[in-house]
Amino acid sequence: MNKLIKAFTKDSAVVPFIAIVLGLLVGAVIMLIGGYDPLLAYRSLLDKVFGNPYDFGETLTAITPLVFTGLSVAFAFRTGLFNIGAEGQYIMGMTGATIIGVSLHLPWYIHAPLAVIVGALFGGCWGMIAGYLKAARGVNEVITTIMLNWIALHLANYIVNDYLLEPGKGRSYMVDPSADVTIGWLSRTLDDARIHWGMFFALLAVIFFYVFLWKTKQGYELRVVGHNPDAAKYAGINVNRGVVKAMFISGTLAGLAGVFQVLGVFLNQAVTASPTGHGFDGIAVALLGGNTPVGVLLGAILFGTLSYGAAGMSFGADVPPEIIRIVIGSVIFFVAAPGIIRWTIKRVFGKKRKGEVI
Amino acid sequence: MEQARTVVEMRNITKRFPGIVANDNANFKLSKGEIHALLGENGAGKSTLMNILFGLYQPEEGEIFVNEQQVVIDGPNKAIKLGIGMVHQHFKLVHPFTVTENIILGSEPKKWMGLAVDKKTAYETVGNLSKQYGLNVDPYAKIDEISVGMQQRVEILKTLYRGADILIFDEPTAVLTPQEISELLIIMRNLVNQGKSIILITHKLKEIMAIADMVTIIRRGKIIDSLPVSGTNPNQLAEKMVGREVSLKLNKKDAVLGEPVLEVDRLVVKGRQGLNALNETSFVLKRGEILGIAGVEGNGQSELIEALTGLRPVSGGSIKVNQVEIAGETARNISEAGISLIPEDRHKHGLVLDFPVRENMVLETYYQPQFNKNGFMDYDAIDKHAERLVKEFDVRTPTIMTEARALSGGNQQKAIIAREIDKNPDILIAAQPTRGLDVGAIEFIHKRLVEQRNSGKAVLLVSYELEEILQLSDRIVVIYEGRIVGDVKPSETNDQELGLMMTDYKQPQGGLNIEQTD
Amino acid sequence: MDVATLGNMLNTAFVFSTALILAALGGIISERSGVVNIGLEGLMIAGAFAAAVSAFHAQEAGYGAWSPWVGLLAGALFGVLFALIHAVATISFRADQVVSGIVINFIAAGSTLYLVKLLFEGSGETSLVDEVFHKVKIPILSDIPIIGEGIFNAYPTTYLALILVGVIYYGLYKTAFGLRLRSVGEHPSAADTVGIKVLRMRYTAVLLSGVLAGLGGATIAMTTTGTFSHNTISGQGFIALAAVIFGKWNPLGALGAALFFGFAQSINNVLQLFEFAANVPSEFIYMLPYVLTILVLVGAVGRSKAPGALGEPYFQGKR
Repeated sequence: MNKLIKAFTKDSAVVPFIAIVLGLLVGAVIMLIGGYDPLLAYRSLLDKVFGNPYDFGETLTAITPLVFTGLSVAFAFRTGLFNIGAEGQYIMGMTGATIIGVSLHLPWYIHAPLAVIVGALFGGCWGMIAGYLKAARGVNEVITTIMLNWIALHLANYIVNDYLLEPGKGRSYMVDPSADVTIGWLSRTLDDARIHWGMFFALLAVIFFYVFLWKTKQGYELRVVGHNPDAAKYAGINVNRGVVKAMFISGTLAGLAGVFQVLGVFLNQAVTASPTGHGFDGIAVALLGGNTPVGVLLGAILFGTLSYGAAGMSFGADVPPEIIRIVIGSVIFFVAAPGIIRWTIKRVFGKKRKGEVI
Repeated sequence: MEQARTVVEMRNITKRFPGIVANDNANFKLSKGEIHALLGENGAGKSTLMNILFGLYQPEEGEIFVNEQQVVIDGPNKAIKLGIGMVHQHFKLVHPFTVTENIILGSEPKKWMGLAVDKKTAYETVGNLSKQYGLNVDPYAKIDEISVGMQQRVEILKTLYRGADILIFDEPTAVLTPQEISELLIIMRNLVNQGKSIILITHKLKEIMAIADMVTIIRRGKIIDSLPVSGTNPNQLAEKMVGREVSLKLNKKDAVLGEPVLEVDRLVVKGRQGLNALNETSFVLKRGEILGIAGVEGNGQSELIEALTGLRPVSGGSIKVNQVEIAGETARNISEAGISLIPEDRHKHGLVLDFPVRENMVLETYYQPQFNKNGFMDYDAIDKHAERLVKEFDVRTPTIMTEARALSGGNQQKAIIAREIDKNPDILIAAQPTRGLDVGAIEFIHKRLVEQRNSGKAVLLVSYELEEILQLSDRIVVIYEGRIVGDVKPSETNDQELGLMMTDYKQPQGGLNIEQTD
Repeated sequence: MDVATLGNMLNTAFVFSTALILAALGGIISERSGVVNIGLEGLMIAGAFAAAVSAFHAQEAGYGAWSPWVGLLAGALFGVLFALIHAVATISFRADQVVSGIVINFIAAGSTLYLVKLLFEGSGETSLVDEVFHKVKIPILSDIPIIGEGIFNAYPTTYLALILVGVIYYGLYKTAFGLRLRSVGEHPSAADTVGIKVLRMRYTAVLLSGVLAGLGGATIAMTTTGTFSHNTISGQGFIALAAVIFGKWNPLGALGAALFFGFAQSINNVLQLFEFAANVPSEFIYMLPYVLTILVLVGAVGRSKAPGALGEPYFQGKR
């Protein structure tokens, strides 16, 4: 029990918590300035999420891809890489799943797994490009992954437009039912909310993340590479291979987010002019979750809930739902600059702990 | 000398950092036209004192007088205004810029009502200054293109350009070759002759004896003594610096030599610039022997260590461990073959600072069957292993789950030594194993290295500190520009002779003849 | 293809490029001081939003042809406002510069749409501004074949952007300010020891990048769209970032890169003119800036070296 309390009073848990509170406060202040009632708005948000089975189910649907992309970014962070490319890997995951889902017709027990695997591999390989460029040419992954996001966007549009387009629809053909991973009976209990197997895979991914990084030999190697590549070389670990492997796994996780959006939610892939935002949300989730598996899960639940519930705010309190983007942005901002929080605490409580540095 | 005016006086300076008192009621006085050495061990507080004088830190207590006026130096700008300049140990130079751009930075000559830098004037001024003080620097060269010695001269020019009369040199010889050192000492003399005053921060007794007029000794933040160099000797200075009689002798019995365990034959290794850092280097290390590699930093030592541990490709020659060729093998295979390394930079290469002690203890052995099964780490076994090492090697850590970062430097080094010795290597390479540690930790480490040798293993000691080499080694080879230029027994040599070899005695202008040039 | 068409293409390229040039200049100044700015997109969004809103109000208030100028000014100011967030977070509180940039993009997109809905009664788009910029022919010069039509018959903002390229190039390489700014980005502690105020320089640079990227966003609202909505700015900030890198952190290089990327964007409109290009899917044209940037980084198209201390926060008094 004592240990539990300690875990929640550590900096690592306090900072995100205060960040969330401050983020919600920033949102409230902005709503007040805009002449809205923030309490009513936040209540409407919760009403929306927990108000009826359908919306609750849809909230779960909104949370799922965030778990995957959050884990993707967190995994890369743990191995010393900043994967801004979860967005592109997500898009490639969608594309892989769509290609298989649309163009083949197989028994479901082959078709669905194949679509999942191919989509995941698409995402993984897309991540691996940045890993390879870093390992082989020393190119910083931040810029390459940003660029790869946009390349993925246009590449996916090209594939959908030129090969998979259902005439006159602005999207691909629908995924063959044999590749569909929705859970019909569960959906029906939740008033046809789009519930799919990806949710369980997301939980499995959380467990995988923990076990792989902290219990396996390969995980140990990747963590050494991430924290100190020079020491890794001395220890006989192949750093370049580690970087490529880490980006592949990270990309696979992000790819899975896209895979299940296609096979479990949309059942098609649309042509889009701008990024979906799931990859960027993944960065937010990872940062909020302190790059720990449980933290990522909690972060995804929070951001998924906020994002889905935002629609309720506009319905119940007439607040433009974009306010939630400001809230989420502020939360990450405070998490990323914990100095601001410490500075604030100091102002508010007025006492300075010894040796404290902002 | 007695007539000289006092240009700097620091009175009762106290500076505290969290946990330590860096300067404790320190007094320091510099006279015009003298070279005044500030001597102390690592962490004794000499750099802190000088950073206060240069305005980088503010003292909690004390007063500073410059030219007999009391002053408050609240930043480098103020120090510069008062005519104080600092030649930093780690050069503060912008590499893509030219020499002149670096020198004028922050005090640029301007034209067109300040709208443009007057480059012509700038280059002329720098060229003239360089000539005036015999520095021989090309104002148009980019920093990237000039040698370390030249870069230091640019640092000197930076202070002169700003009109400094008082120059602080922070460990100026640490990165220089012997030739560069002797040239630097001439330059310093030259500066003093032209009316400048110099403070020389150092822990090298030899330099003090060679160049300084006065020496002030600082230990654990306190000023111990201040006296003319002519009235002292190295032994006395060493004693004052460390605080007790320093015996250069270590109790160790005679070496019992066995079979050759490491044979390096005509090894060629390329350095960072693609030039040969090792040039047909050959030596043999036997069981029961500590072989010291003496040399000035940058003469191929790092490349030798990296080649021996599989971190740098070998372009020619051979490395045999127990008669088996290992040149070009991977780091892991070499480790398996029996070579362990205590790396020079323990933070960069030796530890993963964010990892707990237990995970650091298996950094090179985690893959072995005793620590993992079917791809999963066996943390029970790892914990037992770590607990044992922590106990055996007296690593002071709260628990084995404590992050390595939280340990003191000495205990971090002990943890590394525990890990490396426990691998039971035939050859233990110790690179600068005691750098930056206090005397207690140094003694512990030296003892362990001797034990290793006594048990019939071999130790290869690479150090830039001659004292350490002389004290520990059974045999010494001297490395110069990637070649072995000497092979001697410590009992049959002294630091004078070694120093000459390290600077390649075939060249007459060795670093130790500097007194005669004055 | 005739001469008039070529001039036309050049003209269109300049229209697309203007915003890229301005934002890329902002990116260069910020990154030259050592602060990564992947928030250019967000700063452009802020600029475009402020320009559309204030120009609309200026027009309603009867400012007439001055309205777009009011818009530009407001765009610059709003850009500075968001840049200030980036500066405080990264320079004073040493937040990760990449994360902060992402946050800027995030918050800029969210808050501007929030404000649009607030100010325009729930609509997702600002009201159309009629008083936008019009192309201005420069006498004599515009009579030169091809480039006359291509360059000297452009929006005032294009001329402004070109002038700023010169000003910033001069500022960076010929003035004491530029020397100091670059030194802060290459080796901040070197700058510190010669008395340059590192943090103040970085603040200045980041705020200037807000001005420029804000102007960049504003030009889009004040020339091509006349309104602001969620897709007024979609990716231009990242293309500008690509131009910074492709142009090797040099204003002239970035000008070239921005023109090239602008040309690639506009090429779609005139693609049918080329027989060989008729079969190239437009998506590949859109990818071009990003692919080229990666190639530059890999070293396949010349080397590009980032400022030495890019991305590193600076602690004063740290040795």
